[in-house]
Amino acid sequence: MKIKINGEDKEIATGLNLGGLLEQLQLRPARVVVERNRDIVPRDAYGATMLAEGDILEIVHFVGGG
Amino acid sequence: MEDFLDIAGTKYRSRLIVGTGKYKNFEETRRAIEVSGAEIVTVAVRRVNITDPKKENLLDYLDPKKFTILPNTAGCYNADDAVRTCRLAREAGVGKLVKLEVIGDDRTLFPDVPATLKAAKTLVTEGFTVLPYITDDPITARKLEDIGCAAVMPLAAPIGSGLGIRNPYNLRIILEQARVPVIVDAGVGTASDAAIAMEMGCHGVLMNTAIASAKDPILMAEAMRLGVEAGRKAYLAGRIPKKLYATASSPLDGMLN
Repeated sequence: MKIKINGEDKEIATGLNLGGLLEQLQLRPARVVVERNRDIVPRDAYGATMLAEGDILEIVHFVGGG
Repeated sequence: MEDFLDIAGTKYRSRLIVGTGKYKNFEETRRAIEVSGAEIVTVAVRRVNITDPKKENLLDYLDPKKFTILPNTAGCYNADDAVRTCRLAREAGVGKLVKLEVIGDDRTLFPDVPATLKAAKTLVTEGFTVLPYITDDPITARKLEDIGCAAVMPLAAPIGSGLGIRNPYNLRIILEQARVPVIVDAGVGTASDAAIAMEMGCHGVLMNTAIASAKDPILMAEAMRLGVEAGRKAYLAGRIPKKLYATASSPLDGMLN
């Protein structure tokens, strides 16, 4: 199924949860924050958050800034 | 003598707040921050590069247990984006302190004051400890304080300009009326700029470019630490009044005839 991650179209397996997606993307859950369809997903809910067709995800982290 | 920067009840020994942008790499960032003695460190919130997820993360070099992480809203041009960024930052679990900046124009990077006020109201209501970047305008400073911001952070000069304190008189008015810390944010170019801000009675100085873009960032980080400390001590010591004519330092009695 198709979802959008950080503005890019991505094809992912059906039945994938957010925790699984982060693992596939090689992202450490403790270092990112995820917004799904404009709602922030709490870290402890990653495993229970099933992704759905058309989801729009924003995955952010801290970078150098002033 | 005990002397702390008190932000919403948290006491900091260092009055220098530093950014983490523009460094060559994370190792240089870490070393510069260590030498600066800063306890509060600003960071930005950005999308992860999902096609090339770097294994290393800024927080691998800045232990959030050791430093107070101050996420900023740099790059936000309206209140909604700034609030959204702060909510994301809070979810990262580094606390509720945020540096609010709502930019009005990409040439000057001056703040959009009405949008900053609007975002500050929402953020304070949501329980954030808000440190807003503002122009050196006493009225805006007062309004932000009334909203419940934990400090006000007037610019000395445009971000990254290194022009130093362009309007000390406005800063003096802000300092005179403020009941929250006044932290000079942006525009500092070198150590004397930081010292001047502190000598005036500012409670802290926030900077990034002046250190990160110096020829030797580590040495400049040390210079800034010393500049802030020297300025603070001079302020506490109380400088002599400026006079037009000389006053002899050596006694006039006991002179040879």
